[in-house]
Amino acid sequence: MSRRPSILTLLGDRGGAVFVGVLLAAAVVVPVLNLAVPPSSPFHVPTHTVVLVGKWLTYALLAVALDLVWGYCGILSLGHGAFFALGGYAMGMYLMRQIGPRGVYAHPVLPDFMVFLNWRELPVAWWGFQHFPYAMLMALAVPGLLAFCLGWFAFRSRVTGVYLSIITQAMTYALMLGFFRNNFGFGGNNGLTDFKDILGFSIQAPGTRAALFAVSALALASGFLIARAIVTSKLGKVLVAIRDAESRTRFLGYKVEHYKLFVFVVSAMMAGLAGALYVPQVGIINPSEFAPANSIEAVIWVAVGGRGTLTGAALGAILVNAAKSWFTGVLPELWLFALGALFVLTTLFLPKGLVGTLLGFWPRRWARSHKPGLSASVAQPAE
Amino acid sequence: MQDLRITPALLYLDGVSVAFDGFKAINNLSLTLDPGEMRAIIGPNGAGKTTMMDIITGKTRPDEGRVIFQGAHDLTTLDEADIATLGIGRKFQKPTVFESHTVEDNVLLALKGARGVVANLFHTLSGAERDRLDEILALVKLIERRYELAAHLSHGQKQWLEIGMLLAQDPALLLVDEPVAGMTDAETAETAELLRRINATHSVIVVEHDMAFVRDLGVKVTVLHEGSVLAEGSLDQVSANERVVEVYLGR
Repeated sequence: MSRRPSILTLLGDRGGAVFVGVLLAAAVVVPVLNLAVPPSSPFHVPTHTVVLVGKWLTYALLAVALDLVWGYCGILSLGHGAFFALGGYAMGMYLMRQIGPRGVYAHPVLPDFMVFLNWRELPVAWWGFQHFPYAMLMALAVPGLLAFCLGWFAFRSRVTGVYLSIITQAMTYALMLGFFRNNFGFGGNNGLTDFKDILGFSIQAPGTRAALFAVSALALASGFLIARAIVTSKLGKVLVAIRDAESRTRFLGYKVEHYKLFVFVVSAMMAGLAGALYVPQVGIINPSEFAPANSIEAVIWVAVGGRGTLTGAALGAILVNAAKSWFTGVLPELWLFALGALFVLTTLFLPKGLVGTLLGFWPRRWARSHKPGLSASVAQPAE
Repeated sequence: MQDLRITPALLYLDGVSVAFDGFKAINNLSLTLDPGEMRAIIGPNGAGKTTMMDIITGKTRPDEGRVIFQGAHDLTTLDEADIATLGIGRKFQKPTVFESHTVEDNVLLALKGARGVVANLFHTLSGAERDRLDEILALVKLIERRYELAAHLSHGQKQWLEIGMLLAQDPALLLVDEPVAGMTDAETAETAELLRRINATHSVIVVEHDMAFVRDLGVKVTVLHEGSVLAEGSLDQVSANERVVEVYLGR
């Protein structure tokens, strides 16, 4: 009955343990198969696969972050892509500063786009980004701070449901418009790209790519365990209570706005970390990452995988993106229709998502090994 | 030492009014509840019973008047969570429990204790809390079903679970809105007995339509009509009041 979130109880159910186990194994095995096994061997994992799956892992971390607020607290954020992109920009700024004099214009400090715009000095916002720890701090702090400010006003004013969703959507759209502008100071339309190296290692080198893959897998495992620790604590029960009956929770004496703010900020920081890991793997960050469609796509991953299950959210992100990779190769013009159909069909026939439905197949086995509330799969859509 | 409290009453509503779109739901309502008292509130539909509960618990802010709790706190300036923490619990007309939580977790969430974010992130169940959970679950006869989801309970059991949650909250004052709506006669009698037992240690306000139940409780009755007090006294006294008869039967 102890609810102490020790590592053992966090792995308490088999699904979570398998999930973390697979990630840890992949973090070791995939780099080895990529680097140490010769390309002629059938066991060799090509670098483009490593990069592709590494990218999916960062999407999965974004999905876990989104599931934490949506699945467990009923906050349907349609702007989580903004936190992801802000984390990505923080990493991109670090990578830009690492280019140094190797840019086209060979300016010792200013990135190429600033030289091109005839800027004389580095804007204040860019100060300190040559230091990796500072850039990583910003990748967490900037999304966290934005989530704090937005949440502070929205939750105190009791903005809920579809209205909150619209506000988050407007936030990411406004940021997109801002980042598109050259005088905003973040590379405008083109964004940040042409990265050379990260922590002194060439960003193109297979070894670096394998390491980024491993770090992404570890980050996803850690993000999952943190989210798990939150939802299995008593605080997690309060979150689910808020999701199901917000005003009842207030009458029990819980300050609902504080709980929402906490989980929203944690989730935004997690999304920021995901974005920071995404950028060095894809090699570019531009304002289109703020596009509302990206945030909505993340919601679809979570819905397909299973809202309120954490593992489902991560699997949903990986499966949908695997399908996207396949589709855009075979039938590129049909992908958006397929994605839309997937969302409609999931909502109609699998409202609990893949993992939520699978768990429903073994209700008794599940109940015995597992206290309900841990996986708070949802009976009906919130909005 | 001088008593700084405004009034010795546990709850004192003083000239409270609230209007929704021009309709006066509560009109200059004044009411006093003594510590340890149980009071039944009756009145026809639209008399303002639920709105009164909303004002006391902070859900609705009155346009005028004061609501003084324990002689010291003006509830009209506080929000729901603050009022709950001061010691006012509320049971809704429709049983409102957390359906995707187990019966036990429902009571755990209500259990008196820290309500802060950090405290609950690191909360572990103490032995005293576990004993209290067992005690409450036994009292509301749900101990056998403690690990089941609250969604799977019958209507009457949900009502009891909600009463159990109120006990766990251990408020100084309990507001109970139509506790026997939809219950069988046997359940109704049991609920009256339970409320009397609760009243031994808590003050209670019960809003109820069921006259047999109110008679069963045997407490002072306040009749509301059009947002203010029409009559007050024992059930026999108010039943004999001509205005009350008119309001109940004359329309």
